[in-house]
Amino acid sequence: MAINKEGTGFTFGFAIIMVVVVGALLSLAAMGLKPFQKENLKQEQMKNILGSVGIEVEMSEASANFDKFIVKRIMLDSDGNVLNEKSGQIATLANDGQDAFDADPFNVDIKKEYRGLASSERRYPLFICEKDGQTLYIVPMVGKGLWGPIWGFISLKDDLNTVYGANFDHKTETPGLGAEINTSLFTDQFKDDRIFDEKGEFTSIAVKKSATGDNPHAVDGITGGTITSVGVSEMVERTLKVYVPYFKNLKAA
Amino acid sequence: MSEATAELQEKEVKKSEPLFSKKNKKLITDPLNDDNPITVQVLGICSALAITVQVKQAFVMSISVLFVLVAGNVIISLLRNTIPSRIRIIVQLVIVASLVILVDQVLKAFVYDVSKQLSVFVGLIITNCIIMGRLEAFALGNKPGPALLDGIGNSLGYGWILIAVAVVREFFGSGKFWGFQLLGDSSVGSGLYSIGYMNNNLMVLPPMALIVVGVIIWIQRSKNTKLIEAH
Repeated sequence: MAINKEGTGFTFGFAIIMVVVVGALLSLAAMGLKPFQKENLKQEQMKNILGSVGIEVEMSEASANFDKFIVKRIMLDSDGNVLNEKSGQIATLANDGQDAFDADPFNVDIKKEYRGLASSERRYPLFICEKDGQTLYIVPMVGKGLWGPIWGFISLKDDLNTVYGANFDHKTETPGLGAEINTSLFTDQFKDDRIFDEKGEFTSIAVKKSATGDNPHAVDGITGGTITSVGVSEMVERTLKVYVPYFKNLKAA
Repeated sequence: MSEATAELQEKEVKKSEPLFSKKNKKLITDPLNDDNPITVQVLGICSALAITVQVKQAFVMSISVLFVLVAGNVIISLLRNTIPSRIRIIVQLVIVASLVILVDQVLKAFVYDVSKQLSVFVGLIITNCIIMGRLEAFALGNKPGPALLDGIGNSLGYGWILIAVAVVREFFGSGKFWGFQLLGDSSVGSGLYSIGYMNNNLMVLPPMALIVVGVIIWIQRSKNTKLIEAH
């Protein structure tokens, strides 16, 4: 072979071929695996929505249970006006096209809108669930933890005041500390807390130090996870506030 | 063990199948003890500190490292006569990085739960010194067969320390093994917790991993005479 393996030409050639081959292989793998990953994300979201009202299901059964329990999906703007109402099958990009996909409240990517849009431009989904004869209102939310995004759901009973349940999750909070927000030890404290005070004014549920069970507007924070706790507190207040006008209208009606 | 017996045993193995010769077997067994990447070479400590809070995480991490190291070793070994030496580190990085991205994508598609727990640490396999170390020190100068065994040996050596540390930390830190409660439920105070036992929260924090690794090194050196340095 006449090729000089230490020559500049060979080095460049090798690098170029390697990058093209590796790039092609990786993009093939990414494209091939994308449908599985998207499906996982969708089912995880359904599982989380159901989990917030105490319906614990396996990932594989999330879809069937979602159709059974969630009767209505609503999309609000930042002033609490209804933009869209949907029920039944979730619109998919493949079956229903872009417009129908965008209009379905389930497909609102609140994480993306939280990152990229001003709060007045964001859309706010609300899920209405029928469970054991009760109507429950599930509010999804997203905020900032210590290391990355946190998100979760709070569900309200049909008095639109008392919390039925809550669940939270995170991307990269510290294991054993901030990451504890996704344990029942933390989320169970939200149960039966209230979002309106005696006068009917909106009062959020704060996450703070040594809050006791008696206080309906506070839960105990996580030791060693202060910044994550503050993040949860901010997220709950900011998000629930948007829904207040809608809840008030609903109560008046 | 004299050299004569070693040669004799080597002759017993078929010439066409040198993969399991005595020398090659040592490639697997050495990293488990005498030449352990973590306790003797003190490589890959960073990830040993980060993901040993729970056994399940440590296990999946070990499997991921096994795949990346074995595949990386074999690929580099196959290409070893072609790679221009001036850019060999870059070539190794590109190959390791692609393997890691592949692992991450596969975990996300098929074991979504675990991939969520490991989060950023799968990506950080790229920075694991063991991997670049083995590629540079072994795969570049050896045939694919031995490189494969070297990869298996080193990742097992890494994996067993990782899992050992995780067992200790999960047990003392949260009273669990693989997520199962062994000592009762700490949140409601049942089992051992009802008589006042408490989890050691220090075990959950990274510094404790360093101390546990240190204790393992201490025990290993006291047992293994080969590792005692002459002064």
